[in-house]
Amino acid sequence: MESVGSIIILGIIVLSIVVFSVLTVTSRKILRSATYLLFTLFATAMIYFQLDYEFLGAVQIAVYAGGIVVLFVFSILLTSHPGDNSTKLTSKKHVLGFIAAGATLLVAGYALVSRCADLFKTLPAMEAITMDKLGENLMGTGAGQYLLPFEAISVLLLACIIGGIVVARKR
Amino acid sequence: MFCCGVYGFITRRNMIAILISLELMLNAVDINFVVFNRFLYPEAMEGMFFTLFAIAIAAAETALAIAIIINLFRVAKNIDVEDVNDMKF
Repeated sequence: MESVGSIIILGIIVLSIVVFSVLTVTSRKILRSATYLLFTLFATAMIYFQLDYEFLGAVQIAVYAGGIVVLFVFSILLTSHPGDNSTKLTSKKHVLGFIAAGATLLVAGYALVSRCADLFKTLPAMEAITMDKLGENLMGTGAGQYLLPFEAISVLLLACIIGGIVVARKR
Repeated sequence: MFCCGVYGFITRRNMIAILISLELMLNAVDINFVVFNRFLYPEAMEGMFFTLFAIAIAAAETALAIAIIINLFRVAKNIDVEDVNDMKF
């Protein structure tokens, strides 16, 4: 990162991601938990914008913040009363969760710091990805291009729609 | 963020809370893909496409899981993991 301003902005974004994700899993009311998830997803989109992936940030906001959070809120309101607190956790589960989370943090943090600390000092220059290049790579059939996964994911989405209808249908 | 997801996945009992934790973990992995792509291989776009496909798959998976949960709620009136023991009603 070159300028002080971008470092400050990145710090704010990272801090908000950490704080909101902790609040997401510790909040007792599940509707609040979904709202904190929304803020976390927005902060993630901010990171994508900061790294010059504008299309990815737009997709993140549209799909996650627009679609998935609405689905969550909808299903929460359908399945539970909004004022309910979740039940008190037993301490055994607390300890188990802390151990698993701490072990993951240790392993991932150690790998990140020991292997790639010096790689992230400077942001390499990159020309902005134009929509032409993006579309060509997404729809091309050559080496390193992504038509087949694109088609596979469209079939997956279709199967998901049909499966959702079948599952949610009244018997 | 991933650690928070792991913590929530283990400690929560409500199925929707577990799904939310799952989304957190998926997002952490997506950030990793994008950041590594940007810093190590700025001329390539593989990480970005992986993130795109991961977002699409996460959307599909969430929609299907929520359909299942709502259907389960209709039958069992309850979406705590430990209280739902039967698979066939």
